[in-house]
Amino acid sequence: MRIGITSVFVDDQAEAERFYTGVLGFEIRQDLPLGTDRWLTVAPPGRPEIELLLEPAHHPAVKPYRDALAADGIPLLMLFSDDVRAEVDRLERAGVHFTQPPQAMGDVTTAVFDDTCGNLVVLVQQS
Amino acid sequence: MYDALAHRVRRAVLDALVERDGQTLFELTTRLVTDGVTTGSRQAITQHLDVLEQTGLLRIERVGRQRIHRVDLTGLRDICERWRLHPGPPDADQAGSR
Repeated sequence: MRIGITSVFVDDQAEAERFYTGVLGFEIRQDLPLGTDRWLTVAPPGRPEIELLLEPAHHPAVKPYRDALAADGIPLLMLFSDDVRAEVDRLERAGVHFTQPPQAMGDVTTAVFDDTCGNLVVLVQQS
Repeated sequence: MYDALAHRVRRAVLDALVERDGQTLFELTTRLVTDGVTTGSRQAITQHLDVLEQTGLLRIERVGRQRIHRVDLTGLRDICERWRLHPGPPDADQAGSR
């Protein structure tokens, strides 16, 4: 057994595609029409083992859940990087807004950014 | 005010916000736990934040979708004035424990 797909809810799939591919540099893995929405997954280049589903946020339970987590600043996605500070420089040049600058916390360095689709994402570098 | 400052975790919250003002609950909690200040639950930390907010040492503002915690130490002036302390550079032989 292995983890194949995990998901984040996004406000707008077209905007999410632009951000996750154009800004973060992920590749589209699956893009199929699904009713009024799309089955849209992305993954980093060269990483076939797991995909991220960019899931529409229409369900009424989603908004209160995301609003409450956003209010407390809780990220809904954790991405690993070998060099968080370099990643932050690159993303800030691309216009990404960081809500927490890179900081050492215990054995890890973290930074938090806004994915423009309704989620906070934490970048983690394990020492 | 004195009660608010009496608890080690609440003093650590103020320390963390003096170091970096404007943190979310997630960031503050992560910091306090990784610094070994508390193993406390989110609820316990939230209660400490409520105490600080009631004394005015902490202000919680809404910025976009997030609630941001800001430190406000102006209330401590009353303590300094009461004992006619005039905060200056820290004096080595008066350095207290945190």
